Amino acid sequence: MNFSEVFKLSSLLCKFSPDGKYLASCVQYRLVVRDANTLQIVQLYTCLDQIQHIEWSADSLFILCALYKRGLVQVWSLEQPEWHCKIDEGSAGLVASCWSPDGRHILNTTEFHLRITVWSLCTKSVSYIKYPKACQQGLAFTRDGRYLALAERRDCRDYVSIFVCSDWQLLRHFDTDTQDLAGIEWAPNGCVLAAWDSCLEYKVLLYSLDGRLLSTYCAYEWSLGIKSVAWSPSSQFLAVGSYDGKVRILNHVTWKMITEFGHPATINNPKIVVYKEAEKSPPLGLGRLAFPPPRAVTGPLSSPESKYEIAEVPVSLQTLKPAADRANPRIGVGALAFSPDNYFLATRNDNLPNAVWVWDVQKLRLFAVLEQLSAVRAFQWDPRQPRLAICTGGSKVYLWSPAGCVSVQVPGEGDFQVLSLCWHLSGDSLALLGKDHFCLCFLETEEGVSTAFGQRGDHT
Amino acid sequence: MGDWMTVTDSENKNISQYTSETKMSPSSLYSQQVLCSSIPLSKNVHSFFSAFCTEENIEQSISYLDQELTTFGFPSLYEESKGKETKRELNIVAVLNCMNELLVLQRKNLLAQENVETQNLKLGSDMDHLQNCYAKLKEQLENSRREMIGLQERDRQLQCKNRNLHQLLKNEKDEVQKLQNIIASRATQYNHDMKRKEREYNKLKERLHQLVMNKKDKKIAMEVLNYVGRADGKRGSWRTGKTEARNEDEMYKILLNDYEYRQKQILMENAELKKVLQQMKKEMISLLSPQKQKPRERADDSTGTVISDVEEDAGELSRESMWDLSCETVREQLTNSIRKQWRILKSHVEKLDNQVSKVHLEGFSDEDVISRQDHEQETEKLELEIQHCKEMIKTQQQLLQQQLATACDDDTTSLLRDCYLLEEKERLKEEWSLFKEQKKNFEKERRSFTEAAIRLGLERKAFEEERASWLKQQFLNMTTFDHQNSENVKLFSAFSGTGSDRDNPTVHSRPRQKKPHSVSDGSPVCTSKLARSLPASPSTSDFCKTRSCVSEHSSSVSALNVTPEETRPSQAGRECADQKWSMASRPGSQEGCHSGCSLPYTNSHVEKDDLP
Repeated sequence: MNFSEVFKLSSLLCKFSPDGKYLASCVQYRLVVRDANTLQIVQLYTCLDQIQHIEWSADSLFILCALYKRGLVQVWSLEQPEWHCKIDEGSAGLVASCWSPDGRHILNTTEFHLRITVWSLCTKSVSYIKYPKACQQGLAFTRDGRYLALAERRDCRDYVSIFVCSDWQLLRHFDTDTQDLAGIEWAPNGCVLAAWDSCLEYKVLLYSLDGRLLSTYCAYEWSLGIKSVAWSPSSQFLAVGSYDGKVRILNHVTWKMITEFGHPATINNPKIVVYKEAEKSPPLGLGRLAFPPPRAVTGPLSSPESKYEIAEVPVSLQTLKPAADRANPRIGVGALAFSPDNYFLATRNDNLPNAVWVWDVQKLRLFAVLEQLSAVRAFQWDPRQPRLAICTGGSKVYLWSPAGCVSVQVPGEGDFQVLSLCWHLSGDSLALLGKDHFCLCFLETEEGVSTAFGQRGDHT
Repeated sequence: MGDWMTVTDSENKNISQYTSETKMSPSSLYSQQVLCSSIPLSKNVHSFFSAFCTEENIEQSISYLDQELTTFGFPSLYEESKGKETKRELNIVAVLNCMNELLVLQRKNLLAQENVETQNLKLGSDMDHLQNCYAKLKEQLENSRREMIGLQERDRQLQCKNRNLHQLLKNEKDEVQKLQNIIASRATQYNHDMKRKEREYNKLKERLHQLVMNKKDKKIAMEVLNYVGRADGKRGSWRTGKTEARNEDEMYKILLNDYEYRQKQILMENAELKKVLQQMKKEMISLLSPQKQKPRERADDSTGTVISDVEEDAGELSRESMWDLSCETVREQLTNSIRKQWRILKSHVEKLDNQVSKVHLEGFSDEDVISRQDHEQETEKLELEIQHCKEMIKTQQQLLQQQLATACDDDTTSLLRDCYLLEEKERLKEEWSLFKEQKKNFEKERRSFTEAAIRLGLERKAFEEERASWLKQQFLNMTTFDHQNSENVKLFSAFSGTGSDRDNPTVHSRPRQKKPHSVSDGSPVCTSKLARSLPASPSTSDFCKTRSCVSEHSSSVSALNVTPEETRPSQAGRECADQKWSMASRPGSQEGCHSGCSLPYTNSHVEKDDLP
């Protein structure tokens, strides 16, 4: 495992291009595009103001930079550096901007969700979509980029509109039986749309592409409901995380629940491996580290080394007492992610903030639990293999695979706090994003990694 | 009791005093009472007594006593008066009788008193005990009563508490209901308000929209250097009804594709499952068919028919061989047959289970079923045996090799090879025992021979002496009868023929050797012939025969020993060799065998040495 040098970054804006060749990052008002392998600067663009959002077009030819404060979107071409495009939303304001899947249209949401403007880069044409709903996830494209589902709110009722992306024609428009629609999400096969109600009511609705209601699911009443939703890559399962600290898995045939994953604070099952991050005194463990970060060994250490220990069951995890009198309490399953091969599901229960739960989807049971020393900020699956990268806002990055897990110190002067991370699509490198800096972490090739992970006893 | 004793003693004294002092006074009654009640006052009483009767009032005292005694039913102290004028005389006898009776009475009373007192004491202690008991029980009762009251109180309290809790629960339930109602009402209120607010918000939005969008905002614009081509290279198309229809078409195509894909997957899954089912069915049939005889024999008609059905089905299915022909009938057939099979299998398994449980219940008494332990023991035993046998074979092989190293005659090897057989070994063992017996016989004979020889020696000595004396006589007289002498010699030789001549071979003289034929009985001739007729390589049975023959004629040793004398030395040697061979060819070749055989051999050998 090697680390690149540390580059400057602002607002955690750093993204790999969809083809994996480039890496775009923002420093204040500048957009820097680097080669993803050599990290040499390919292009440098200067925007009019502080960049608040960037997005690559699907064909990796354009980059969109949104300057919300100014109501501006600036688009840059990688092929033609001199080409530029500026979209001004004027007094309508701008709160969100995204590419359409074809990479030739930009959808801008105006302030107060008055409308969505679809700007085309090919023609002068501008389309407007009225009544978009201001919600958690109101806009969803199918994976093949053909359709757009949009949550709408008209006359105090929720609707979903399905548009054809090629010409922005409305295909279907139907109302959903929800109190307050919170989000919509397409199944990866693009044939089923999941819509869920706001946290006040537990309700999941499943619609076919042609607008038929396939099924409704409600686990319980009265208490706070759904917090997070995730489709499995095979579209077979829909995982629904809720405020009661459970994940319910629905199947794609009957759309009924097939299992329920609870997140208890104590783990008693001896079959489950519980990895507990433990600090260790630096002189002891350095030589034995299987993944010795070269600079970490030579350079000065800002924080103590840590390693994973396999905890003896029963293990009680550190729990957080949620403040009951505040809105958005820190309870329930707030993060869900299926591994790309469908085998695993990683979850985080927000009142056990230090733990990441990995579930075996094939056997529908808990597989492993990782307990970190501090609260888990983000985790993401390697797009190629069942490998999970976790960061906790400290100077370490954690990797889990079925064979074991490691804790790696990010080298560098000062305290580099990893707040977020994103994988390169090849799974060979990982961008670690801090508050002001980012660096790349290059993982060994698959063989090397597999052998390294194979020696579980050494570095767990 | 000691006190009592002393008291009685003193009383006795008092009594003696009374008896000695016959004078009585009217106050004696009182004094007696005093005496009874307070014995320690006896001394005072004594003084009283002295006061009762004085010289002056003897008469009065006596009359008083008489009166008293008569009132108590005693006879009068006075003699019967004959006349009134005569003064009544004091009857001493009556007085004494009265006294005695009084004393006896007194003693009785004392005894009674004693008894009463002890009883009283006893009763008193009993009373005490009972009182104690009573007190204790009373206390216990009091305690129990108190406890009971306490418990009752507690019970009451608990009931109270329970009632309270019930009340609380009810209250809570009510509260919950109320809260739920509140929540519901609030929710509806909230929703209502939300809707109202949203409507307002929407109005505002609309207004804003109008304000912001309708006023031709110059700022809302896109500056672009030049328009870029579409990603797919096509030009944008106009929105028409046609495109709409096309979009619909496409959507349905996508949906259709998805459904087709899913159907395909389901079909595949179905096929897999069917395959598994078929496989299961086949295996079940093969598993159950060996038992089909049994159920039929048991006159279990239903299962029998089912099986035949199943077989038909199987035949049909295999003939048609259509996995993927998912028409209803086939499916039904398959599922039905599987179900039947499964039922049979289940019942069979249950039966087996029952059997097993029965066996378990019956324990190991069931002879039909060999318990596992027995099995294990048996196998262990067998293994041990195998081990044993292996060792035996090994030792045999070793011995064989030794044998081969020492004597490797062709015939012997062939024979040796044969002796791998256990039967042979057994037989040879028998032979060996026979041989041993024979050896014993030989030994016995030898002993008898030696004894005979000793006897002979003695006799000979006597004879010698006799002869010497006779010769002396002859010498002294004139020696004339030569033939007489030769006859004597002949006689001597006949004598020696029955005994073994090896004891004193030196005595034998040439001329005597011609004689044995006539002297010895017929049997030795026979044996010698037999011995000579031994084939060059006799089978063991032959050998056995000969040997049995030999053993029959226990005396044949002498014959054997004697006969070679007649034959030429070479012939004798051959026989010797024969003998030797027969010994060497002993299978199993035990040492004992050699030693057992060595006797006849050495005998013959010795004989041979002696021959010249």
